[in-house]
Amino acid sequence: MRTGAMGICVMCLLLLAACQREKRDIRPSPTRLAIYGDAAKEDALRPGGPISPQPVVNNPYNGSAYDISEGQRLFNWYNCSGCHANGGGGIGPPLIKQHWTYGGEPANLFDTIVKGRPNGMPAWGGRIPEYQVWQIIAFIRSMNGEQPRSATASRQDSIETNPQNIVNRVRGKTK
Amino acid sequence: MLDGVSRRPARHCAKYWFYFALSALILSDPMAAQIQNQADDGQWTMAAKNYASTRYSTLNQINTTNIASLKLAWTFSTGLTRGHEAAPLILNNTMYIATPYPNYLYSLDLTKPGAPMKWMYQPHPEPASQGTACCDVVNRGAAYWNGKIIYNTLDVQTVAVDANTGKEVWRTKLGDINLGESITMAPIVAKGVVLVGNSGGEFGVRGWLVGLDAETGKIKWRAYGTGPDKDVLIGSNFKPFYAKDRGTDLGMKTWPGETWKIGGASAWSWISYDPGLDLFYYGTSNPGPWNPEQRPGDNKWGSTLFARRPETGEAIWAYQISAHDLHDYDAVNENILLDLNIGGQLRKTLAHPDRDGYLYLMDRTDGEILSAQTFGYVNTSEGVDLKTGKLKLNPTKQTGYNTVRDACPAPPGAKDWQPSAFSPKTGLIYIPHNNLCYESQAVPANYIAGTPFVGMNTRMYAGPGGNRGVFSAWDPVQAKTVWSINEMFPAWSGALATAGDVVFYGTMDGWFKAVDARNGHPLWQFKVGSGVIGQPVCYKGPDGKEYVAVLAGVGGWSGGVVSGGLNAVDGTAALGFANAMADLGKYTTKGGMLYVFSLP
Repeated sequence: MRTGAMGICVMCLLLLAACQREKRDIRPSPTRLAIYGDAAKEDALRPGGPISPQPVVNNPYNGSAYDISEGQRLFNWYNCSGCHANGGGGIGPPLIKQHWTYGGEPANLFDTIVKGRPNGMPAWGGRIPEYQVWQIIAFIRSMNGEQPRSATASRQDSIETNPQNIVNRVRGKTK
Repeated sequence: MLDGVSRRPARHCAKYWFYFALSALILSDPMAAQIQNQADDGQWTMAAKNYASTRYSTLNQINTTNIASLKLAWTFSTGLTRGHEAAPLILNNTMYIATPYPNYLYSLDLTKPGAPMKWMYQPHPEPASQGTACCDVVNRGAAYWNGKIIYNTLDVQTVAVDANTGKEVWRTKLGDINLGESITMAPIVAKGVVLVGNSGGEFGVRGWLVGLDAETGKIKWRAYGTGPDKDVLIGSNFKPFYAKDRGTDLGMKTWPGETWKIGGASAWSWISYDPGLDLFYYGTSNPGPWNPEQRPGDNKWGSTLFARRPETGEAIWAYQISAHDLHDYDAVNENILLDLNIGGQLRKTLAHPDRDGYLYLMDRTDGEILSAQTFGYVNTSEGVDLKTGKLKLNPTKQTGYNTVRDACPAPPGAKDWQPSAFSPKTGLIYIPHNNLCYESQAVPANYIAGTPFVGMNTRMYAGPGGNRGVFSAWDPVQAKTVWSINEMFPAWSGALATAGDVVFYGTMDGWFKAVDARNGHPLWQFKVGSGVIGQPVCYKGPDGKEYVAVLAGVGGWSGGVVSGGLNAVDGTAALGFANAMADLGKYTTKGGMLYVFSLP
């Protein structure tokens, strides 16, 4: 009996997770390009102490397999891969990493893509619709294991990598 | 002993011309029939040392018998941490160093102990230009002309700086970073015309080479690498040797639709000049994008050698080395101009060690290939047909949407930009090069102005033998390797040969080395602070002593793993080079520093 109840609970949880994984935004917002100045702090110094409550910006496509997959397609489509390769970097810095020059929170990444950064990152504002920016961010964070594993492709679309490399990636963390 | 190479003493000129630019000297010496024996005043006024690009110094104080006691004389920090590929210039007892972005120009006083700084010039290039440089924000050096140091900035400008005061004399904007253009090459000045080409073969630029008036910076002409003949400056005097390179408007017709407008063929590397023939020589980059499925056709004039007139830019001959390039085999490598005895005849030749792995020895008067033999491991092609001038491609290594593995050489080629040296004493060309193979798979590339236009996922790794680099001596007459030294990492520095029968080069793990020019035996080495990808030079100091100088500071395409902090977990990083260089960080750290050596 107890096992049965447990089973139902697990099923429900799985279903819930599946809901998120399968989420599709049928009519995404048009090109509204906010910049998250307040929430996208880029350093740890807080004059006068931290502000409470901390403003938080969440990626609307967190955990959505469709949007992460779209993010990967767009990452190539807009030539992000031209500079950042498949996460290891080249002309631009790597995106598979622990340290971010301008912050690695979703709001930071959003600002980085939209505003650009002075040492070579182009300003994509006015070029990429907001929902696509979020899809790209979901993909970038998936490269660092910051999306649920259940929503992330087992490997990237690029030329098949040495399986060892996949194992090396940090996975499973969610934000 | 010196088959095919004859000598002519050049020492007599030095005393009269000591303080003049070497270039001016060559022009005023009509007796300089043999270009590889150009007179040498002990200075170093252009990156390649002389117009023939021999990187050979007649100084012989440092030689095989005493080099073991070569000692560090002084050092100078550039304060920068990206790849340092430049050759320092030395003239009027002053050393000039052009740095990677932000393209500082330092002037150091060689008459004082420790060579203190005289002045520093800052051109303030647009910081965003760092996002349009495919392979680190390098600069390959400056050229001296008539009281001015002339060099290029990453954001597509050429600047002339007063060699005495460090004040800017002129600056000319030549292109637009928002079209993906940049400049990393060292200019040369021929007949008062500054020759400068753009970079951006990985950004869908339309390649060009411009001629600027050295006194005013005014653009005299611009020769595009693609497009109709009038844009490529092809006219009635254009006589390619091979039928495959003849025709009208081939720079347009060998491309689908209007893709030639974003077809690359930039001129980002070396230029040589023959004052006697009044022709300068350079090669163009790969056609863009790398993905060959998007550009059916020969893609002229990508991966092509050109001979042009400096005053008008007019093309005299061209030879497309890689038609419809499949492997990023730019034709930009150095062209060393040599007068050699080939088959009993003195020929005016040009030696071009290409990315595709062949050393092309050509008649520089008309573009005929005299020999084309491999100097590295090659399986992407099976020889060059000397009758048609065509490269015989290996059908199993044709890149595209299919996955191709174990293709050699990899995109940086059997040899990339790292310039060779030639010693007229030994008759050998000293070639720093790579031993890399790769796997690739194309993906559709979108053209978005100002962003990369590549469309190829690649991963490189060491070629046969496991060593990623080689330093070898090549006999251009016999067309074969005489000796070679395996290096762990690609030999990405320039080479320097001297009359002391010593050859210098540096390694990416930070050793600056001297070897015997005749047999390659190691003679001396010194561990510098960072991997060497710079061009060693040699000069006579105000004290009459011979000095050897080199910039250390790892980076460039090969060293981006360290200088750009890349993550080699993704082997496709740095266009696939990261995969081959994942361990570089265990051997070196970044940091630009000049090292100068002399005998005690």
